[in-house]
This record gives sequence, C-alpha cells and structure tokens, in this order.
Amino acid sequence: MTSRPIATTRSVMDVPTGRLAMWWVLASETVLFGGLLGSYVMMRLRHGAWADQAANTNTWAGAFNTLVLLTSSLSAVLAHQAAERADGPKAARLLRYTILGGGVFLTVKAFEWTHEIEEGFTITSGLFWSFYYTAAGLHAAHVVAGMVIMFIVSLTAARNEELHRVENVGIYWHFVDVVWIFLFPLLYIAK
Amino acid sequence: MSGHAPPAHHASGFVKTYLWSTDHKVIAMQYLFTGMLMALIGGFAVYVFRMQLAFPGQSVPLFGRVSAGQYNSLVTMHGTIMIFWVAMPVLLAAFGNFLIPLMLGCDDMVFPKVNRLSYQIFLLSAVVLVASFFVPGGAFGGAWTAYPPLSANAAYNLTRYGATLWVVAVALEFAAFLLGGINFVTTAMNSRAPGMRMFDVPIVVWMIVIASILFMASVGPLIAGAVMLVFDQVFGTGFYDPATGGDPILWQHLFWFFGHPEVYVVLLPAMGVVAEVIPVFSRKKLFGYRTIVYTAVATGVISFFVWAHHQFVAGIDPRMASLFTITTLIISVPIAEMIFVYIATLYGGSITLATPMLWALSFVAEFLLGGVTGIFLGAAGADIYLHDTYFVLAHFHYTFFPIAIIGAFAGITFWFPKMFGRMMDERLGKIHFWGTIVAFNVIFIPLFITGVAGDHRRIFDYSGFPDLATPGLQHLRTTATLGLVSLLAVQPVFFFNFVRSLVRGPIASANPWRANTLEWSASSPPPHGNFAELPEVYRGPYEYSPEDREEDFWPQHVPDVSPAPVASVGGGR
Amino acid sequence: MAQRAHADAPHHDETNYVAIWGVLCALLGLSVLGPMVGVRLLTLITAFGIAIVKAYMVCSYFMHLRIEKKWVAYVLGFMLALMLVFFGGVAPDVLEHDGLRWQKTYVEPATVGGER
Repeated sequence: MTSRPIATTRSVMDVPTGRLAMWWVLASETVLFGGLLGSYVMMRLRHGAWADQAANTNTWAGAFNTLVLLTSSLSAVLAHQAAERADGPKAARLLRYTILGGGVFLTVKAFEWTHEIEEGFTITSGLFWSFYYTAAGLHAAHVVAGMVIMFIVSLTAARNEELHRVENVGIYWHFVDVVWIFLFPLLYIAK
Repeated sequence: MSGHAPPAHHASGFVKTYLWSTDHKVIAMQYLFTGMLMALIGGFAVYVFRMQLAFPGQSVPLFGRVSAGQYNSLVTMHGTIMIFWVAMPVLLAAFGNFLIPLMLGCDDMVFPKVNRLSYQIFLLSAVVLVASFFVPGGAFGGAWTAYPPLSANAAYNLTRYGATLWVVAVALEFAAFLLGGINFVTTAMNSRAPGMRMFDVPIVVWMIVIASILFMASVGPLIAGAVMLVFDQVFGTGFYDPATGGDPILWQHLFWFFGHPEVYVVLLPAMGVVAEVIPVFSRKKLFGYRTIVYTAVATGVISFFVWAHHQFVAGIDPRMASLFTITTLIISVPIAEMIFVYIATLYGGSITLATPMLWALSFVAEFLLGGVTGIFLGAAGADIYLHDTYFVLAHFHYTFFPIAIIGAFAGITFWFPKMFGRMMDERLGKIHFWGTIVAFNVIFIPLFITGVAGDHRRIFDYSGFPDLATPGLQHLRTTATLGLVSLLAVQPVFFFNFVRSLVRGPIASANPWRANTLEWSASSPPPHGNFAELPEVYRGPYEYSPEDREEDFWPQHVPDVSPAPVASVGGGR
Repeated sequence: MAQRAHADAPHHDETNYVAIWGVLCALLGLSVLGPMVGVRLLTLITAFGIAIVKAYMVCSYFMHLRIEKKWVAYVLGFMLALMLVFFGGVAPDVLEHDGLRWQKTYVEPATVGGER
C-alpha cells in the first residue's frame, strides 16, 4: 500500500509538494519558538536581576554547541548538494555526519545541564532557569526529532531513492540551527 | 499524468478499510463520527449543569446531585469539548478531508499516511480527555480558558490530575490539527486539477485552507504557554506565579492570541459550507466570489489584532484596551459584508427550501444576531459591565451554535448523498431543523436578558446573590433550561434519519442537487481513488442559470462545447 | 521525481557552502568576543545583530530561500511579523514593572545561584 497518490505528484505552485509542506512546518514552528522566546525576552527585560542568574550559564559550552550546529548545517546542505547530483550514498553519509553533530550537541548539553543541576540550578531554582531549561529543552526535542527523521531519510537515500527528502529534512535542520542561533545570545551572551 | 483506473486492491478486512485506511474519505468519516460522539458528551454536560441552574440543589435525572466542583468541571468540559472536539473535527477535519481532494479533482490528499496519523493523534487526544473524567478529582474544573493560578495550582482547582490531562489532551489535539492543516494547505496549493485556477476553487476549500493557515499561525504561542502551564502544574515552576516573578496575564495573552483567531478558524469553514449551499438552492451564481476570498483573508489578518478584547477587565494597559476596541469594531465590518454578499446571492434567485438550504439560511439569520451583540462587547466601556455575564455567553452561542451546529447540519445534510450514496428524508430533516432552531432561540434569548440583569458566568447557584435570586430571573433561567431539554429531545430525530437513510434511504445519483463542483461528478459514494478519470476544469464553480444554456447549471468539469447540454466527462453516473 | 527538474531550474549549485560556513564561524567568534570588550551596547550589537545576520545567511544560502519562490519568504516573514504584534500587545502588561494603579512587588532573591 505504498503507491503514491497522483495528488502528491502534481505541482501547481511550481514548488515540489514535500518542500512546500516543509515550509508550512517551519511557519508553524516559527510562531511556536517565537511565542516562547518572545515571552522570555519580555520577562528578561523586566527582571534585570536575572543577569545574575544568567552569569552562571556556560558560554563556552554554548559557543561550542553553536559551532557544532553550524557545522552540522554545513553537512546537511552538502548532503542536499550530493542528492542534487544524484549521489545517494554520499548524501546518506553526509546526513549521518549531521546526525552525529546533533548527537555531539545533545551530549554537550547533557554534561552542561548535569553540571548546572549539581550546582543547584534546577528548573525550579528561579524563573530564569525555568525558561532556560524549557526553551533549550524544547529545542533539544526538535533536535532529537530531526535526528530520527534524518536517519530514516538516510536509509532510503543510500539506495538512491526518494532523494528529494534530503533537501526537505535539511530545511528542517537548518531551522533548528536558526533557533539555536537566537537561543545562544539570549541564554549565554546577554549577561 | 491524467487519470488512470485505481489500482486493483486486494480484498481488505474491516480493520484495514475502516480503521487503518489512508483514504481521505474514510479519515473524514472517522473525524465526523468522533466529533458527533464527543458532541453527545458535551451535550450531556450542558444538560446536567443547566438542570442544576434551573432547579438548584435538586438531583438531576441521569446524574444525581451536582456539587460545586462538579459544576465547574461540567462547564469546563462543555466548552472545551464543543470547541476542540466537536467544532474543529466536524467543520475543519471532516469536511476538509472529505471535500478537498474531491473538489479539487484529486485522488487523495498529498500525504495520506500523515493524514491517518493526524486522526490517530486526534483520537488519542479525545481518549486522554475522556480519561480525565475518571481520575481522582475528576475532570479539570478551571474553565476552558484555564487561567492560572487556578489552573496551575491544584490546591485551587482541586482537580490535580484532570488539569494536567486537560493540557495534554489539548496539546495533542493541536498537534493533530497542525499535521492535518499542512496536508490541507499543501494539497489545495499544489494538487488542483488541470485548468483549475485559484479563483476556480470552491469557496469552502478556500475557507478551510485559510482557516488552517490561521490555526498554524496562531497556535504556536499557546503551545509554548501550555508547556509552561504543565511545568507549573507538575514541576512547580512559576511561569505564571507572581510569587516567583511570573505573570498570570502572560497566560491570558498567550491563550487569547490563539483564542481569537481560533473563532475564525471555525467560522470560516462554516461560512464556506453556507457559500456552497446557497447558490445550489437559489440556482444563482455566488455574488462576489473574489470579494469573499479577499474578505476572508483580510478577516484572518485582522483577527490577529483583536485578541485582548477578551481581557478588557483583566487589568491590561487601558491604552491597549482602546486600541483593541478599535480593531475589534473594525473586524465586524468584513464579516458583515460577507453576510450581505450571501444575501445578495439569494436576491432574485429561484429558491428551494430543502433541508440544507434551511440550515444555510438560518446560519445567516442567527449569526447576524450573534455578530451584532458582539459589538457591545467589543467596546471596552460597555464591556466593563457586560464582561463575565451571560450576555457574553449568549453572544458567543449565537455565533458558535450557527458555526458548530447549524453549519455542521447544513454540510451533513447537503453532502450526505455524496458521502453515503443515499438520500436523507426531507420531512424528518425539516422537523429536526425547526425543532432545533426554535429551541436554540428559546435557550439563549432569556440568557441575554439575565446577562444584562447581572447574572455572572460560572456561578453554580444564584441563591447566594440576593439581587439575582429573584423569581423573575429564575424564571428566565428555567426557560432556558427547558429550551435546552427540548433541543436535546429533538436530536434523536436527526440520528434516526441519519441511520435509517444510511441503511434504507433511497439510492442517490451522483448529482442529486444538480450542482457544479467536482465532487458531484464522482459517483455517490466515490470509490477509492475518487474518479474513474481525473477531471479537468473549464470554469468557475458557481455557473448556475448561465445564459444561453438549457440546463440551469454548468459543471466545472464539462468541456466548453456550446450550445447543447452535455454528456459529462468522468465519474460514474 | 520528474517534477523537480523544472521546479528547481536555477539550482546549478556552485555556492561555496564551506565559505559560507567559514563566515558563520567567524561571526560566531565575534559574538563571543563582543562581551569581553565590556561595552554594553557593543555586546548587544555583536550578540543579537550578528545572530540576525547569521540567521539570514543560513536561511538564504543553506535553506536556499534566495532562489525559492518569493512568496515563501513572505509567508515566513508574516509569521515573524505576527510575533512582533504579539510582543507589542503583551509587553505593556508583562514587561512593565508598574502601571497606572499597580506595581509588581516581586523582589529578586539576593543570593546568586545555589538552592532557592
């Protein structure tokens, strides 16, 4: 029962259906993170004293993670380039590097959070920390989801099938990267 | 890549055909029946609490004595269920799923498996919500708007587990509709039949697509807010707690930033259904197609600028209150204009008062009353008095009831032949219609009056309010309750009609209403794959009583061979 | 998939993605160094201004928004504009310390870090 409907093959807007759908996914994710981060910014601007709490985040871990995500975005777009050139196995390999990048990101996060919790900064330590864990946690959940989907896509891509999915999952991953690009200064730099 | 015969399918079992299918028509039915089932629960809830209001302290038949806490749970669940588990699945998901591929001339949605997943998540959300009735403490009792600290603090709402299950159920429902919405929008944008330009798309499809986009654009902040609320409930964070530096008003804003566009998310599909029915039963072209589309888009955009009219007395900045008053009054204009356009369509038409048309006309009349009463509420000054009274409640029932109930019945009675291949009984339809409409007005007109007299919302027993515990007002409350009981008593007529027609109704032809849109060119019901040959489109959807033609309709898929009436292309007849 | 050929015509991919990545890393470095100068305004510019630039570059080059149909960018821009509307409508209540007849009396705990 994996026959694709004819509907899926039509392209009246001149944008392939999968990519069109991914743009709409991004649109709804934009307002999700926008609402959360907007709320955080409002609260942060009101509570000037949060700078004291924010001083305890690990800027180097945050910066390293930013580097990791930027690099994984690079491998994701190179995977797309390979898919465009019909080189499925190469695209799959680059997707796996991207997944690895996600894994490194999460590992650093795990160490970071463990350290912070040991220091006594838990999600209930104060409203700054509540936002910190919630925002970064929601982002991390999206990282995990992206890794899972990318893994599934890499399996078919390795067989040179459904190569258009490489671009679409890449767009999602770049969005996850963009969210972190804003989370980093919000949580780590603004002190 | 024009149509081909649907692939020969191996014989499927019951589960595969009805429970695990990816066919959009089956998924539509799943949403429709789930929504109708949830309506029974929501309807039972309102029966119980209105009986309590009419006969305070007395045991309610089929329920027993209503305690104050149970009253809170009942009103909360009624509101929550009717909006999220009845209006949205029936109007948006069921009609959207059924109609969009058919009206666009496709064989299915673009992502059938994601479509199936969206229903499954929706079903899970319904199960979670119903489960909340059975946990210790019972269902959430903090109102469907769930304002903290009441909703965040179990010591206040007394429904610790119900409160968290409520948030989880709502979040799952949001996820289901986000997935479904992406399917709708992508299909409508990319999969139209050859020849179908943007302004050849039927209005109901436009409306469902715009509604889906509105939903996608507005629900994000509330999902963020819901995560924060759940963390407040479960982990004891203080996002909404002033004692930790949080702000309860933040929740209100997050909620209503979504909550206001949400009413248009349900209104637009209902208006779309009415836009389909009126031309068919007046045999007249829809007046101002493009106006309707542009107005719907404009309404959607403006709907993002009005939300704090729900918070006029919450302590928001008065300057913002002035601003939101202006925007709220502005938004009444495009909606009123759409209603006028529908009336203009009727003018000079050859009107048949079949059951679907009766529902469509009553939508126009009743929604007009609802809209007009909203103007009083949109003015911040008047709202200081009227907020949280039954005037508000009567206003939004005069809008929501046409949307969720009248619009649904209009659509169901109109598309029943296409969905099930049989005709519904007209006489039973008319009895059900009149019984429902008269009863509906008997419920809510008294509530306008009690509201202006000062009846607060969400009060379990007015005997504690000397100014309100008067015989005159109690008489009105009882009248409203009797109206409700009559309303509920007449609904079995519909269910009887529905089931009997399903089983024994006269067989329906492909196009019993002699309509133009593409779904009527498929057989009744359409097979898997919808069309024997995928149609091509040659004109807009509302060419009724065209000049120089014998027939008073001109289906979209019929090629342009003048002057003789036509042998139709495609679809079983 | 056959329909991709015409939908993606300008996609002869000669963009040097590694160069873009290099610029992004340099910008990241600047945003980390910014606070070390100690000037608050400079920190804000390097932190958030650079974030905007980085996001723009990722969207344009990695997501290929610069060669995508224009209306896609408009839809995403509309979503961002909505977030500004949200911020504008909520900030007078949530961001402010006090108003006409109210004030927020919450006092931050004096201690920095540790258990609350």
